[in-house]
Amino acid sequence: MQGFGPVAAPPTDEPVFAEEWQRRAFALALLSMRVSGTNLDAFRHAVDRVRPLDYLADGYYGRWLRGAENLLVDSAIIAPRAVDARARNLRGGQVDEPATPAPHRPDYRPSAPGSLRSLDTAPRFAPGDAVRARDLHPTGHTRLPRYTRGRAGTVRRVLPAAVFPDTHAHFRGENTQHVYTVEFHSHELWGADAEDFLLSVDLYDEYLEPLA
Amino acid sequence: MSTPEQLPISLRTAALESILVERNLVDPKVMDSYIKMYESDIGPLNGAKVVARAWVDAEYRRRLLADGTAAVAELGFKGPQTEHISVLENTPTVHHVVVCTLCSCYPWAVLGLPPSWYKDPAYRSRVVREPRAVLHEFGLDLGDDVEIRVADSVSECRYLVLPQRPPGTDGLTEEQLTTLVTRDAMVGTARVAAPGSVI
Repeated sequence: MQGFGPVAAPPTDEPVFAEEWQRRAFALALLSMRVSGTNLDAFRHAVDRVRPLDYLADGYYGRWLRGAENLLVDSAIIAPRAVDARARNLRGGQVDEPATPAPHRPDYRPSAPGSLRSLDTAPRFAPGDAVRARDLHPTGHTRLPRYTRGRAGTVRRVLPAAVFPDTHAHFRGENTQHVYTVEFHSHELWGADAEDFLLSVDLYDEYLEPLA
Repeated sequence: MSTPEQLPISLRTAALESILVERNLVDPKVMDSYIKMYESDIGPLNGAKVVARAWVDAEYRRRLLADGTAAVAELGFKGPQTEHISVLENTPTVHHVVVCTLCSCYPWAVLGLPPSWYKDPAYRSRVVREPRAVLHEFGLDLGDDVEIRVADSVSECRYLVLPQRPPGTDGLTEEQLTTLVTRDAMVGTARVAAPGSVI
């Protein structure tokens, strides 16, 4: 998405959290993964699913809070209207709160902490290889930035293998893959009139195809 | 999709905390400890120590560029959002700048939590498209002879920019150098200024 105007001038002494609720939202979001029995990729996908207007209006910790709500509703830790109702009651309303549902956490257990894993197979690509980012349009979570889809680049580095967010976010397996730093020229991404620079993106094996 | 009334996000936050605490699903003391960790203990001073060490110790610099994760861990810095760290060296002719276009991934263990501009859709959408114009807005004008390299850190690899050591700092100690290194210089939206200079 474009059209956001200039980058806001950074204040010199910006606090880590500008407002008290941001502190609480930050900590709640971190804890929501454990409480819901999910993982970081699922949390990112839960943030992806925040309504676009809320995503833009509520800022970083606001989308984290809404992402946490999504995760907790997904795992039936809280009912869909529970936060709304409690919020109204906190400010003096008299709203019936929905019954606490029976939790159904996903059938998910990580094979190790964190996201990095080892892989026995050799990487499909080596530094210097010409590749193309596939023109994929998954409906679930993905870490393939839209602006790279269909674009040609060059593998620069092979990074540690990692769990595949596209399946891990949906509890469909860790599906560990090699990850590559792929370098694109700005003109390949944005056309001949764009500024002249190189851009690198770290892409999972499944996002790439050899450039014929 | 529309809701009749938007509740303030601060109130939603209090509501969620109240529900989860009431049911003993989260402990407010644990929340406080997370907040304190990132508000007081882990911040850009960690990264500044890494940079200053690399400026004074050529052997450390070599290790840092070869294996950022291990070299950063030598100084005790590791943790969430920093499973793998790669260090990008700025030189007189190459300038790196880091972004995460998808969700604001950031190397927490060395820089703490990201500043507001890093999470702003304006920065995330534009620095991958017109980095020279964005850096100009930050007050950083790079000559035409400087090549710009943007790193969009969307996987689990995190990036720390190793800024150039400013001129006129030969007599400074490692500790004094640490105080010169800014967060923005380690993301690549600034250079490290020489002491006493006005940016």
